[in-house]
Amino acid sequence: MSLDQIKLNEEVVITELLSHPMRRRLLDLGFIPGEEVKCVLISPFHDPKAYLINGGMIALRNTDARGVMVKYERD
Amino acid sequence: MKEIKVVLVGTPNVGKSSIYNAFTHNHEHTGNWAGKTVGISRGECEYLDTCYTFYDLPGTYSLISKSKEEVVATDFIVFQDFDVAVVVCDATSLNKGIHLAVQTKEICPNVVVCINLIDEAEKRGITINKKLLEERLGSRVVLVSAKKKLGLTDLLFAINESKSQDYLKLDYGVLNDSIDDISKNLDTNQYNKRWIALKILENNQSYINQFKNLGIVKKDFVKKQDLDVHLEVCIHISKKVKEILRDVVNIPRVDEKTRKIDKILTSKIWGIPIMLLFLFVIFYLTIVGANYPSSLLFSFFSSLEAPIMNFLEFLSLPNFLVDLLVHGVYKTLYWVVSVMMPPMLIFFPIFTFLEDLGVLPRIAFNMDRAFSKCRACGKQALTMCMGIGCNAVGVTGARIIDSKRERFIAILTNVFMPCNGKFPSLIAIITIFFVGLDQVYGAFFCALILTGFLFLGILLTFLVSLILSKTILKGEPSSFTLELPPYRMPNIWASIWYSIKNRAIFVLGRAVKVAIPAGVLIWVIANVSIHGVPVLTYLVNTLNPIGIFLGLDGVILLALILGFPANEIVVPILLMCYLNTSTLIDMDNLSMLKDILVENGWTIKTALCFLILFLYRFPCSTTLLTIHKETGSKFYTFLSVLIPLLVGVSLCIIINFVFL
Repeated sequence: MSLDQIKLNEEVVITELLSHPMRRRLLDLGFIPGEEVKCVLISPFHDPKAYLINGGMIALRNTDARGVMVKYERD
Repeated sequence: MKEIKVVLVGTPNVGKSSIYNAFTHNHEHTGNWAGKTVGISRGECEYLDTCYTFYDLPGTYSLISKSKEEVVATDFIVFQDFDVAVVVCDATSLNKGIHLAVQTKEICPNVVVCINLIDEAEKRGITINKKLLEERLGSRVVLVSAKKKLGLTDLLFAINESKSQDYLKLDYGVLNDSIDDISKNLDTNQYNKRWIALKILENNQSYINQFKNLGIVKKDFVKKQDLDVHLEVCIHISKKVKEILRDVVNIPRVDEKTRKIDKILTSKIWGIPIMLLFLFVIFYLTIVGANYPSSLLFSFFSSLEAPIMNFLEFLSLPNFLVDLLVHGVYKTLYWVVSVMMPPMLIFFPIFTFLEDLGVLPRIAFNMDRAFSKCRACGKQALTMCMGIGCNAVGVTGARIIDSKRERFIAILTNVFMPCNGKFPSLIAIITIFFVGLDQVYGAFFCALILTGFLFLGILLTFLVSLILSKTILKGEPSSFTLELPPYRMPNIWASIWYSIKNRAIFVLGRAVKVAIPAGVLIWVIANVSIHGVPVLTYLVNTLNPIGIFLGLDGVILLALILGFPANEIVVPILLMCYLNTSTLIDMDNLSMLKDILVENGWTIKTALCFLILFLYRFPCSTTLLTIHKETGSKFYTFLSVLIPLLVGVSLCIIINFVFL
């Protein structure tokens, strides 16, 4: 499952970053495998969405969020 | 004298150049956008018997990527001869800075960490445990504010006392064994073997060759194809940074209040209307609040006209010069100032207040979808808002947009936002022809119509952005990442002071600069005659056919052209021509203004065409200069004139022929 598919207020863990032009920038922003992310806001047109990561709120476009693979809470 | 060579490393936009300037008094322009420093500047300063030589490296997010700036910075740190590396961090996003500090400590044995913008962090309630950070990093840490000149001598002391240590040994997990294996085969005391090993694992040919030439790498190593070395490196550096920063920084969490406000401000139904309401309220306050101080300033300055004239005559200057200075230069100058200053003093503080509150990033967040459809960046919404204050400020503000393509779109379309300088004239014409004089809710309806025109500007911005990105500025939208900071109540007085000092006075200064030559030009046109016919009449007659084709007349067109230095003086020039005087005409009384315009054949159609061409013709001279500076290109500067002119002229022609 990719990050853009999660619902509002759902909390997930990043598993993998697909090869994507934005990958490095996402890594810089703290989107790193093992980190917990939560979707906290959806803009009026459903894109971009804002995610809570590392205590900060970061807005990403869905096309960029598609490169972040996630799973539900650690088993 | 002791000599210390210092290299400044830092992520873009952390005030590295400010620190460099503070020490070297070498006035390199400090910009607020990524990648300002491209080359490496060098400067010196002396303090307490020590000579410090500073090298300012280009801003880089990391030292492990392959962008041009990063390679320049990394090469310098690895191969050049210097004593201390100062890693400049941003106190408000320490994470990024510590990333860079960790990477620097891998390749440089003597590192001092300088945390800049500490005043800004304090304002946001961020606290940093300096002692703990020093312990964890094993480097000196200095808290400074380059802007307020705090902690700069402490930084010099820290540089002076800092000692060389072992390179930072990072745990790279699965890569550790390979790193150790390769390190054993390297022959050097000068460079960090583990780092070279990492470059070999990453298969970085440039460094492999350089170290081969130095005789350090003696053989080829087998590549590990199955492992994403770069990802592993990123993961482990992040892990280390997290370890270092645990309990060091205390950032106020995105609180419940912020979440609740955000739910409303970005909601599907209310998000966009609330934003428009914000704009409407700003307009309304500006219109209502600016009226009285404007006329007060005006009568004050005009009362000085006679004494100044007497004084100049007392100096026995020739008559024409006195007239030029007083009725040309002085009058234009105070006109611009008294019309421009009050709305700016209201608009900019309100805008800065919203900015400090944290509302602006939400606007970009709400609007991004529309911009991404036009293949532009959501942050353009912010430059548009700034453009309402002043297009020159909006153009400069486009530096926040990372991608060059999207930045140029934002710059070229900024003029579609009506700037403050246009407000007074817009309000006068709208009131006279569309609202009607003596209306009870005049200001309210006027603000409503003004918001309507703004809406048209927004639509045109989208349309032109789309066309630009399909033609001249082709390409995919790069990306949009935006931090949404928690809301915080700004210090109102600080906001007001900041906006007056840095925005209003700045814009006013530039306006004054262009008003002086404009005053001279207008005076010459109005007062010089060729064969007994004033130059003004020649020009009006020449422009008349074009004016009529656009639903206007020659006088209006001339006023619009002569208003190039400042939009404020368009209507005064108009009146000067209609009334056949040799100087700008004051028209405080709207009903008199209406009579003059109607006598000269103005109808609702004329007013509409005038408004359109007044709004969309070309950027004022100040903005144009700024565009040239920001794009560094004559072609794009030319485009920034051509595009709005094309839009304005075609709209006028359409209106003219539809009304027929």
